[in-house]
Amino acid sequence: MTAATVLAPPSAPTTRRGDFGNLLRAEFIKLRTVRSTYWTLLIAFAANIGFAVLAASVIAPRLSAHDRAQVDVVQLALAGIHLSQIAYGVLGALVVTGEYGSGMIRATFAAVPRRRVLLAAKATVFTGVTLVTATASTFAAYLAFQAALPANTLSGTALSAPGIARAVAGGGLYLTALGLLGFGLGVILRSSAGAIATVFGLLFVPPLLLDLLPGGWKNDVGPYIPMEAGNQVYVAVQHEAVALAPWTGFAVFCAYAAVAVATGLAVINRRDV
Amino acid sequence: MIEAVTLTKHYGAVKAVDGLSFTVPSGTVTGFLGPNGAGKSTTMRMILGLDTPDAGTVTVNGRRYAGYRRPLREVGALLDAKAVAGGRSARNHLRWLAASNGIPAARADEVLRQVGLGSAAGKLVGGFSLGMAQRLGIAAALLGDPPVLMFDEPVNGLDPEGVAWIRTLLKALAAEGRTVFLSSHLMSEMALTADRLVIIGRGRLIAQTSMADLLAEGTGNHIRVRAAEAAELATALTGRGARVTTEPDGALRVTGATADEIGELARVRGFGLAELAEQQMSLEQRYMELTHDAAEYTAAGTAPTAALSTK
Ligand SMILES: Nc1ncnc2c1ncn2[C@@H]1O[C@H](COP(=O)(O)OP(=O)(O)OP(=O)(O)O)[C@@H](O)[C@H]1O
Ligand SMILES: [Mg+2]
Repeated sequence: MTAATVLAPPSAPTTRRGDFGNLLRAEFIKLRTVRSTYWTLLIAFAANIGFAVLAASVIAPRLSAHDRAQVDVVQLALAGIHLSQIAYGVLGALVVTGEYGSGMIRATFAAVPRRRVLLAAKATVFTGVTLVTATASTFAAYLAFQAALPANTLSGTALSAPGIARAVAGGGLYLTALGLLGFGLGVILRSSAGAIATVFGLLFVPPLLLDLLPGGWKNDVGPYIPMEAGNQVYVAVQHEAVALAPWTGFAVFCAYAAVAVATGLAVINRRDV
Repeated sequence: MIEAVTLTKHYGAVKAVDGLSFTVPSGTVTGFLGPNGAGKSTTMRMILGLDTPDAGTVTVNGRRYAGYRRPLREVGALLDAKAVAGGRSARNHLRWLAASNGIPAARADEVLRQVGLGSAAGKLVGGFSLGMAQRLGIAAALLGDPPVLMFDEPVNGLDPEGVAWIRTLLKALAAEGRTVFLSSHLMSEMALTADRLVIIGRGRLIAQTSMADLLAEGTGNHIRVRAAEAAELATALTGRGARVTTEPDGALRVTGATADEIGELARVRGFGLAELAEQQMSLEQRYMELTHDAAEYTAAGTAPTAALSTK
C-alpha cells in the first residue's frame, strides 16, 4: 500500500464556467452509467414506434370517413405518448429521488455544496438528453407511422403538411417538459414513490375531476389542466373549439414544470440530508 | 485542521449536538468517540455542510466547507459506505465524483487499486459486500488527495487484513501532515490508531485530549508487584506515602509510587522482586468510565468488564 503521495497539489485556477462544465460532465456520467436510463429510453422508443405502427396499420384503415376527416394525424401517430410519457415522468423523478433513496445525495452535496448550481447542472443534462431522445423517438414514430400507413387511408400526412412537423417535434417537447415536472417534484418530495404518484396524479386526476364539473366551468378550466394544455403542442390541426393554441398550451404546461423546479430550487438549501 | 465552535443541532425535541466545541489538529489521527446516539455522525454531517447547525460554526482549514469550490480536493469523507447507487460500477461512481471537482478521471482507477478494489472496478456497487463498500468509500475520500480526511466508522465490516491496512493508511496520511478524523466503536483498534481523542456524550464534549494523557489519568492505573518479602515491602511503601493493597494471588497493588521508585526501594532494602509491572486501564475501560453517565442506549443488566492491559 502506498499512501496518497503528497498533499493536495495546488489546484489550477479555474473559471466559474469551468466549474459548471465539470458539473455537467459529472451529471452526464451519472445519467449514462445506470441501466434505468437505458430501460426508460428503450421503453419510450418502443412505445412511440410500436403504437405508431399499430395506429397506422390497424386503426387508420378502420376509421369511418367521418372519423378520418376529424382525426388528428399526429395525435393518432403519436398514440404511444400515452405510454412513453410515463417513462419520461418516471425518469425525471428518479434522476433526483434515486439519489435520495440510495443516500448518494450526501456524496453529491458533499462534492458540490452549491446545491442550486448542482440542480441547474442536473436539470440541464436531463433536459438535453430528454429533448434529444424524445424528439428522435417522436420523429422515428411518425416516420414508422407513414411507412406503415396503407395507401389512400389518410391525407395531409406529409411532414411538410400544415402543422405536422411542429406537432411531431411538439411530442418531444411535451415529453421533455413532463420529465422536468417529474424532476421538480422529485426535488420537492425526495421520494420516488411520492414524486411519481404526484406526477401522474397531476396528469390523470384533473380530467376525471373535470367530468364532475358543470359544463361552463369545464370549458373555462379544462384547457388549462396539465395534460390538456400540454397535449396541444402535438396536435397538428386543431379541431376542439375550447382548446388552447399549441404554443399557448405548451407554455401553460411548461409553467407547471417551472413552478415545480423553482419550488425545488427554493427549498433545496434549507434541507438537511 | 477542523474547528467546531459551540455547534448545536436539534432534530425536533432531540438535542443531537449541544454546544460542542473541539479542534482536530493536522498531522495526527484524532479519534471521535461517544456512545450510540452521542452525535458523532451528526457532527460530521455538519462539518460537510450536509446538515445546517442551529447554532455555532465549524470550519475546515479556516473556511466553511460549503465555501470551497472544489471541496473534494480539501476534505475527503466517508460517512455511510452503503449510501451509493447500486446500479453503477465502482469506477463510474468515482468518475462522476472526480468530474464534479475537476479531478482527472485516471484518479478513479488509481485509488481503487490503492484500496485493493482494482479487480472490482467494473463491478456494480450493489453487489459489494460491506467491507468492499467501505473500501470504495475510502477510495472516494482519497480521490481528491485532500489534506483533511474524515471517516465515520471506517473499519465496520473490514476483514482483519483490511483493519490492519486502514490503521497503517490513516497513520501514514497523518504522518504526511494531513488532518485525520475518525469515529469508531472499536476501542482496541482506536487505541492503536489514534494519537488524540475527542469524546462526546449526549451531544456534549466529555474530553478532548491526547491518547497518552487519557490513559495516564486512569483511576484504576496501578503497579503490580510480587515479592518474597511482600509484607515488608508493603510497609515500606506505605511509609513513603504510597497506597498498597493485596491482590487475591498475593501480589501487591500499588498506587502513589512509580515503578522506578518501587524498584529502587526494593534494591536498597535488598528485596527480590518476582514481578514489577505497570497496569494501565485500557482505552475501553477509560472510555466506559468517562461515558458511563452519558450512555443513553445500554443493554439491561450487563456490566462489561475488560482485563487491564499490561504496559
Ligand atoms: N436526521 C435525523 N432526524 C432525527 N433525528 C436524528 C437525525 N440524525 C440523528 N438524529 C438523532 O440525533 C442523535 C445523534 O445521532 P448520531 O447519528 O449523530 O449519533 P452517533 O454518535 O453517530 O451514533 P452511533 O454511534 O450509533 O453512530 C440521536 O438521538 C439520533 O436519533
Ligand atoms: Mg453514527
